[in-house]
Formats: sequence, C-alpha cells, structure tokens
Amino acid sequence: MSLPTPDLTTTLGPLKLKNPVMTASGTFGYGLEFDSLLDLSLLGAVIVKGISLKPMAGNPPPRIVETPCGMLNAIGLANIGLESFLKEKLPKLKDLDTKIIVNIYGHHMDDYGELASALKGVDDISALEVNISCPNVERGGMVFGIDPDVSARVTERVLKNTDKPVIVKLTPNVTDIRPIAKAVESAGAHVISLINTLTGMAIDVEKRAPKLANVSGGLSGPAIRPVALHMVYQVVREVSIPVIGVGGIMDHRDALEFLIAGARAVEVGTASFVHSRATLDVLEGLRRYCREQSVDHVDEIIGTLSTGH
Amino acid sequence: MIEQHAEIAFNDQINENTWLLGLRSSEIAKAAKPGQFVMIRVRRALEPLLRRPFSVCGVKKGLCLVLYRVVGQGTAVMACLREGSDVSVLGPLGKGFTLPKKDQLPILVAGGIGIAPLAFLAQSMKTKVFPFLMGFGSAGEIIDLEHISGGRMEVSVATDDGTRGHAGPVTDLLEKFLKSQKTEGKKLSLYTCGPKPMLKTIAETARHHKIPCQFSLEANMACGLGACQGCALRAASSEKSSYVLVCRDGPVFPVHAIDWEAL
Repeated sequence: MSLPTPDLTTTLGPLKLKNPVMTASGTFGYGLEFDSLLDLSLLGAVIVKGISLKPMAGNPPPRIVETPCGMLNAIGLANIGLESFLKEKLPKLKDLDTKIIVNIYGHHMDDYGELASALKGVDDISALEVNISCPNVERGGMVFGIDPDVSARVTERVLKNTDKPVIVKLTPNVTDIRPIAKAVESAGAHVISLINTLTGMAIDVEKRAPKLANVSGGLSGPAIRPVALHMVYQVVREVSIPVIGVGGIMDHRDALEFLIAGARAVEVGTASFVHSRATLDVLEGLRRYCREQSVDHVDEIIGTLSTGH
Repeated sequence: MIEQHAEIAFNDQINENTWLLGLRSSEIAKAAKPGQFVMIRVRRALEPLLRRPFSVCGVKKGLCLVLYRVVGQGTAVMACLREGSDVSVLGPLGKGFTLPKKDQLPILVAGGIGIAPLAFLAQSMKTKVFPFLMGFGSAGEIIDLEHISGGRMEVSVATDDGTRGHAGPVTDLLEKFLKSQKTEGKKLSLYTCGPKPMLKTIAETARHHKIPCQFSLEANMACGLGACQGCALRAASSEKSSYVLVCRDGPVFPVHAIDWEAL
C-alpha cells in the first residue's frame, strides 16, 4: 500500500504556493544559473536576486570569504537593473511552473515606489520581496530597516504602487526586531520574511587587513540559523501576518525548525552554493517527514512548538 | 555541467606540498576542456562549508585529474581523502583556453601550482614542440608532469632560491626565450597561470611585445555558476561592465579584459 502524498500547499496571505520551499534572494542568481542542475518548476517559488532601478556593478573584490560554518559577502547588490531583468531574464523564467518573486531594493525612498510601479501589471511576477537592509542615502546611509517608522514608510510606498502581494524582508541587525515587524505589518505588508544577513567581518592577521575589501559583509550559512530561528520565534508572536523563515537552512530538519517555530514557508540560501539541489532536498525531506509523522497537510506542523509553559 | 559524487581513484602526494587527485568521472573527464575548473566539496559537513574551485589539470581513462597544494583548511581536508571514498563535484565550469592556431607557437608559463590548467592545455594541443616555462619556490616544489601529460614540450625550470634551473623568477626565462632565435619569424601565443605579481609582469611583457596572451585567474568563489557574484575582478575600462566574474566570464581571460592595476 502506498502512503498518501502529503499536501504541501502553502498560503502566504494573498500568495499561494505549491510548497513552502523557496530560494533566498542573492543566492540563486536569476534562477537560470541553476536551470541545468535542477527542475526549478518543483520549487514553491524562485526569489530572484535583488533588482535596483539602474544596473549596479557591485563592490571591489575580495567580495566573499568563508567563516566558521558560514560565509561573509559584500557583493554590493550587483545586479543587471530593472530594464535588463524584464527584457533578458523574465522571459526565460515565465514559463516555469513556479512562482517568480522579485526582490527589490533602493537607496532612496522614491526608488522603492518607482520599482513597484514599474513591475505593476507584469503578470509573470507573483509577488515582491522588499529588501530594506540597504543604506538610505537621504539619511546619511542609515539602513532603512533598522528604524520602525522608515520601514513602515518604505512598505507603504511599495504598497501604494503595486497590485502584488508584498513581502518585507527584515534585517537582523537591530536591538529588537519586534517593533519593526509590527510597524511593517501596520503599514500593510502581506508577509514578512526574515532574516537578511548578519553584519560581520574577518581579518587577515598576516596583512592586518580586513579580508573583505568592503571591510564588513553579511554573514550567512548555518552559523546564523539559531539567531534567525529565534527572531522568527519572536516575530510570529508579535504579528498576525504570515512569516517566512530564512537563515542557514541546510536540510529539511533545519526547515522544520522554522515551520515548527511558526514560519509558514522557508527560503533556502547559502546551501544552494554548497549543493545546487539543496532546495529540492529540503522539499523531499519535508514530504518524507510528513509521511512519517502521518501529517496530511504541512499546515499541521506550523507553529506547533511546545515550550512546556 | 555535471554535479555528482565521484569516487577517488587516487590522492597521491607528489612532492613536499603538492597532491594529485584522480576523480572517477567519465562524464566530467569527457566534457572538460583545458582551462575549465571543477568545484569540489571536500566533505559532507558544515566545516569547511563551501566548495573549492580547482583547475582540471588533465583527463585520463575516465578520470578527472586535479593538482593542488595544501594552502588552507579545505585543501588540508582534501589531502586526507582516501582512495575509494567519494566527494561531491560540480563541473566542468567556466570558459577555458582558446587553443593555438596552426601557425602559432604557444609558450606556456607557469608559476607554482599555476601549472595545473597549463598541464591540461599541454595535453590537449596538437602543436608538436613548444616551450613550457615553469617557476617554483625551490627544487622540492617542482612538479613533474610525467603522470599527467605526454612529453612534447621543452621544459625550462626556474627556482626562486636557485636550487634547480635558473635562479630567479620564471619571467626571466620568458624574456630570454622571447629574445632567442627560436621565436624568429613565428607568430607567438602566450598561456599563463600563477601568482599575481608574475601575471602582472607577463601582462606587461605581452603588451610590450604585442603577443596575444591568455591568463587563467582565480578568486574566492562560492557557487562557480555566476549566481553569487563573489568572484569579481575589475575589468579593463574598455569593457562594458566594470567587473568580470572569474567563474562565468573566465577563469581564462585575454590580457585586455582585466584591469591589471586593480588585480
């Protein structure tokens, strides 16, 4: 007798996914880089690399360095820009049987509105993920996402200019993530994803110089997972909108931690560098776990954490 | 492009700091072109986390050969891998060398472990006789190419400490060769890989003598697929975008593609 196939469909507010496994922005290029290595159509969604209004060349090298169980990157959000993305990449993605989510970022408040409005009506894009972890030029380079009011205003700006579900991706580089999550929710965000990378650095002791040309970078990989998990745990208790867990997920057990903590979906990032099929392995593992635990629908796992009090 | 677990046919130490790894992968061995590379995950653990990029240094009977020096944590783990175990490997990746034209005399210049991609090139060229200039730190570091490639090349060796061959940098051998009668009336083509200072000198030489030159370059790299954008190098100003990616646009670049000041 074959076991029934568990239902992995996931609802993130207005966004419906066939399963809760997505690629994390910045770790999967425009999806096409991985096209020959895995069937992208099996994924819940492909979240593409962050897009800005104009092409960005990125930071000088070295841009990446490995650290214990993780890596630091200071890519500088290099990307081909909105126009090239729509012309060259999206046409190749639109026929995939998965949702395409576009991550957007800007350095001015207006950039976010312009990006959202340029993507309005582009049917092949299912949702926007808003990166608010970048420096705000109008505020002397202070990161948008470390201030609840600024985070709320970015969210409003995007919502005013789009017809699509809006996911706001939070930065963990704050003293308390809860007021920011709350502010973003009040501003109308449909979904919250967290966490972006943690700021860190590494030093070459022979040269007595930073290992990254940019001095600091964003830490990702399994090293950050406990931090990400705890922040997800905090945020799901604070907001009623759905939350996506991101940070150092390497396999399905890691993904399950986030789901049990209350995330409704996950993004797999750095793991794709190590093993290109990491996302699909997570998905297969989740399916297996559901069968073993006699779970009919993945929803039955979400937020089932028992803290004993 | 193939991602698979490949069995280790051998992993032999061939001198005081160099190992030769043979991976059983007829698919990668068949597809690989000289100058291309593979990404190897040295063990199934979270540490070291990322795959490491290595030039393919040759192919032989369904084996993909990788020559490496132990320089850090990843290669230290790799040196301990035993015959019969397997590693996850992704490849072949990147753009390789353009082979010399029939009327060109290729000159291969290697510094240290930079010999790896050039060994594969030497194996793949149809040219009957060509110079292969090699520089090493010391006699104990010299890499004998016998187990990799046939003997159609005229090898000249330089060592920094003078324990073998010419005492000094390999670029001295190149200058000497370019002045010799062997180059008279010949169309030359340079191929090189090695440490940055050496490559910068050769870039100058190539420009000065107007000899086409292909460089195999390296950078810290996470994915090898052009997705992470981590392996950027500053492009020459005439290029459209200001960075090139070693994994996607290279690792082999012509002399005019790179901003040598920034390297």
